[in-house]
Amino acid sequence: MSASTSQAAIPSLFRTCPSTGLKVHDHAERLIRAHAVVATVMLLVGGIAALLVLLTRWQAIHLLDAVWFYRILTVHGMNMLIFFIIFFEMAVLLFAGPILLNCRMPAVKTAWGAFGLMVLGMLLVQWTMWTGQADVLFTSYVPLQAHSNFYLGVILFAVGTLITTGIFFATLVVAKREKTYEGSVPLVTFGALTAAIIAVITLLHGAAIYIPTWFWSMGMMEVDAQVYRMVWWGLGHSSQQINVAAMVSIWYLLATLTVGGVVLNQKVSRIAFVLYILFISMASAHHLLVDPGMGSAWKVWNTSYFMYMAVLASMIHGFTVPAGVEMGMRLRGFTQGFFGWLKRAPWGDPGFSSLVLSVVVFGFVGGITGVTFGTEQINIIAHNTLRIPGHFHATVVSGTAMAFMGLTWYVIPLIFRKRIAFYPLVKIQPYLFAFGMLLFSLAMTFAGTFGAPRRLWDMTYSGAPFDVQYSPAMDIIIAVMAIGGLMGIVGGGIYILATVWSVFFGKPLPEGKEAEYVGSIPLGLIRRPWTETPATDEDPEAPGRFGAVPGTVFLVAIFFVAFVVYYFANWALLSFTWQVG
Amino acid sequence: MYENGIQSPKGVWWKPAHRAEKVWIAIAFGWCMVLFAMMPIWHLRGGQNVSGIRHKVEAADFRERTNEFIAAYQVGEDRGMPIVEPPPGSDIYLLGMMWQWRPILRLQEGAEYILHLSSVDVNHGFNLHPFNINFQVVPGYDYGLRITPTEAGEFRIVCNEFCGVGHHMMVGRVEVVSAEESRWGGNASGGDGGDPNGQAGGDQ
Repeated sequence: MSASTSQAAIPSLFRTCPSTGLKVHDHAERLIRAHAVVATVMLLVGGIAALLVLLTRWQAIHLLDAVWFYRILTVHGMNMLIFFIIFFEMAVLLFAGPILLNCRMPAVKTAWGAFGLMVLGMLLVQWTMWTGQADVLFTSYVPLQAHSNFYLGVILFAVGTLITTGIFFATLVVAKREKTYEGSVPLVTFGALTAAIIAVITLLHGAAIYIPTWFWSMGMMEVDAQVYRMVWWGLGHSSQQINVAAMVSIWYLLATLTVGGVVLNQKVSRIAFVLYILFISMASAHHLLVDPGMGSAWKVWNTSYFMYMAVLASMIHGFTVPAGVEMGMRLRGFTQGFFGWLKRAPWGDPGFSSLVLSVVVFGFVGGITGVTFGTEQINIIAHNTLRIPGHFHATVVSGTAMAFMGLTWYVIPLIFRKRIAFYPLVKIQPYLFAFGMLLFSLAMTFAGTFGAPRRLWDMTYSGAPFDVQYSPAMDIIIAVMAIGGLMGIVGGGIYILATVWSVFFGKPLPEGKEAEYVGSIPLGLIRRPWTETPATDEDPEAPGRFGAVPGTVFLVAIFFVAFVVYYFANWALLSFTWQVG
Repeated sequence: MYENGIQSPKGVWWKPAHRAEKVWIAIAFGWCMVLFAMMPIWHLRGGQNVSGIRHKVEAADFRERTNEFIAAYQVGEDRGMPIVEPPPGSDIYLLGMMWQWRPILRLQEGAEYILHLSSVDVNHGFNLHPFNINFQVVPGYDYGLRITPTEAGEFRIVCNEFCGVGHHMMVGRVEVVSAEESRWGGNASGGDGGDPNGQAGGDQ
């Protein structure tokens, strides 16, 4: 039934490949588990912080005082954007390396040492934040100063990350040399490789800024405020591009696992990944468009990632991922009409619904707003308003975190060998989370259009010498943001509850008995569509004159129209304001 | 034969793409060129840009310039903060500090000014409310922006970069008056005060 290639890949997922050696594999798995567990704890801490921040910005409740609001906002940013995401990404690298390439885990002790370093650095940062010695927010813009241990903690964490990334590169060498796979590395591993390369670029920026800032915090040198912003964003924005590359890899992975999605064209998808590596670190400029330190030529060139070549990459993946799903479904006989494949898709599989929601919200909201706000002049009406967190919650939360969550429902049975607790709840989790975050992001974006600042404790400006009046609609918009945010937090809570319960108190999943556990593990693991050989090698007959994937063509056409309309609407909005230049 | 995402492609995978893929990439590439071209085009044709006149500046020097500016053109005071009405066309100064914007500016509708922004302590964010014009205010840097208020009224400057626990109290004021109401309306425009542009002779 199966092509030999897929059979070679599957046993390794299930740890039945005798050639790899079970003991060594255990190390990779244990490392994945450790990283995943810490990532989830970080998500919990960051999620509680999210709730507190939300209930404070919701002016009707205004929970925290000013000191604790900014403190908890710092905690939220560091735990979500650095600790949760990077611990999870290290788990992804450990999966895309030893597991997918079917090889042993090299440098096991070093890998545990790196993990220990990351945990140590993280604890140091947590300690300074919670004791009020680092009320500087995620960006810690110099000359706002935190305790030197805050910077030291970040440096230790980064060193640990760099070592694990290095071990991932070593895994590729080991696998190649020991011939654990034939041909080229799978696309998912290739994507993870690009994420790892971007991680190295990012961490070098991090070293270039946090080490001098650490010395500065001890009074040993000066750091220029503008130079800090430029180099720091080489870390801050590039790290979000690690997320993008990791997320897109997970899109391809989830498409494979849930519906047997295929890679339409290896060349196209791989070139798109390479474009990320080449141009992504220029995105530091997105944060400096209305800064005094750089000229317009620099801003235009950098903010556009070399004439938008990284945007082109995302637009390519935005086509090839759904097209791969569509082709995979059509090859399995779901050939009816434009959207028969979508109608018959496993919408109750939380891996699949997470995939679709991640692609859609990331693309339509995160992507379009990001490119628009990252336009040099349009940034005048976006910089530091709620439009910015509106944008990045659509990318990092509804995009990256959503994809990570979707993958988790496969990782628990595959790596932890457990059934998923509260599975009926888990099936609705992606919808709750995605729609909540969508509402939240859109409301934030609208609030920012009216000028509402980000990172502000009190929108009534109590104690200020002059009053500030917002549009009467603002209260409603903020209430919608709060409701959306609460829905997202409930969705995140279900995720944490189900994963923690499954991993620590869950019922075991005997190997090879997946079919007996319908209703407690995702459908993809029961049908295992990635092992089936499609009926035909030829592209199936598709309706209309739109080629082999007409449904995807229709969907990207809608996306394109939305993009063009939103982009030019913002130019129009800009033209109404005071002349400035 | 297609591989999936977790299979290793064998042999040469450098194969021609589907037509739909090629068409989409061509459209996306064209759109990227439009996105890129719009920024230089707006520099030539648009009224809102970020170029400015940019210099490094010592905090003490900027504070000094601001004080001279206030001394030269102060017309009043509100809650202890000087109100300054500079002539159209002049260089005007706005200093950000924890947690106030200094001074209050009274500007003339339709006149152009060069607004200098800087901070004497940490980063601040210039947000002109309710127009939603935003600029970063960085200590050590003087950002000189040519601005032209397009309508009369009362406006606020809200700080939108986190600058410490009093961040939310950092609200400044801008007043825009018509040429008739302007102190400089008659003199500076060199006419009867009715010149809507109010720019001629603005340097007097």
